[in-house]
Amino acid sequence: MLPALFFYLFAVLCVGSAFMVIAVKNPVHAVLFLILAFFNAAGLFVLLGAEFLAMILIVVYVGAVLVLFLFVVMMLDVDFAELRAGFLKYLPIGATIGVLLLVELVLIVGAWVTAPQIVPQSPTPPIAQVSNTTALGAILYTRYVYLFEAAGLILLVAMVGAIVLTLQHKRDVKRQNISAQVGRTREEGVELVEVQPGRGLS
Amino acid sequence: MTVGLTHYLTVAAILFTLGIFGIFLNRKNVIVILMSVELMLLAVNLNLIAFSSFHGDLVGQVFALIVLTVAAAEAAIGLAIVVVYFRNRRTIDVAEIDLLKG
Repeated sequence: MLPALFFYLFAVLCVGSAFMVIAVKNPVHAVLFLILAFFNAAGLFVLLGAEFLAMILIVVYVGAVLVLFLFVVMMLDVDFAELRAGFLKYLPIGATIGVLLLVELVLIVGAWVTAPQIVPQSPTPPIAQVSNTTALGAILYTRYVYLFEAAGLILLVAMVGAIVLTLQHKRDVKRQNISAQVGRTREEGVELVEVQPGRGLS
Repeated sequence: MTVGLTHYLTVAAILFTLGIFGIFLNRKNVIVILMSVELMLLAVNLNLIAFSSFHGDLVGQVFALIVLTVAAAEAAIGLAIVVVYFRNRRTIDVAEIDLLKG
C-alpha cells in the first residue's frame, strides 16, 4: 500500500512538474520545475531499488547540470517574452504529434512480452545481503570497466570542449608568457659593469 | 493495488512525450529545448532502471549511468555553444541560427 502511494505521489509530481517545465513563461521557473521533476524521478528510482543512481541523479544532475542551466539562464540577457512568440501557433501540430506518440508508446507498453528464454546478464543479488551500490560497483569496475572508462573520457572531452568554446582572450590584458619567462638567459637579465674608482658611471 | 512495470513504463512514456511536446512548443528558445531533451533522457533512464529492477538484471543500471554521463556532457557542451552564440549574435532564437547557411 505504502509503495503504491509513494509511486503515485512521485509519478504525479514528476509528470506535473515536467509539464510546467515546457509551459511556464519564465525560464528560471522552468529550470526550478525541472529540478523538482528530477527530484521526484530520483524518488521513483529509490522505489525501484536503484538507490545509487537516485543519489547520483540528485548530487550530480541537480547539483551540477541543472545549476549550470540556472547560471546560463540568469547570465544571458535575453528577451524571453519575444522568444515565446508563436507558442500558440505550434500548439496544434505539437499536440497532435505528442498525442500520437503517447498513444503509440502506451500501446507498446500494453502489448510487449519478454522472451522466456532470456537470462539476466548480471543478476541482482538479494538486497538483504549486498547493497545496491556494492552490487553496481562490483560489476561496473570489473565487467564493464571499459564502458566506465569511456564514460570518463566523454566527460573529459566535454569539459575540454566547454572550456575551449567559452574561453575568450581579452586584448589589452597583460598575460604571463611562460616560455619567455623561463627562456630568459643570464646575458639579457644581468649586466656587469666595471666601475673605476673615483669616476662613477658616466 | 500493486505497482508493476507497466506503471513505470507509462510514466516514462508520458515524460518522453512531454519532452517532444516541449520541443515543438518552445521552438525558438534553445534553453527550453535543451531542458526538453533532458526530460526525454530522464524518461529513457526511468525505462532502463524499471526494466533492470523488474528483471533482476543490474546491467540496466550500468546503462543508465552511461546515459546520465552522456546527458551531462551534452548539457555542458550545449550550454557552452548557447553562451558563445549569444556572445556573437545577442540572441538565442533558433530561427535566426543560419550562420552556416553560406
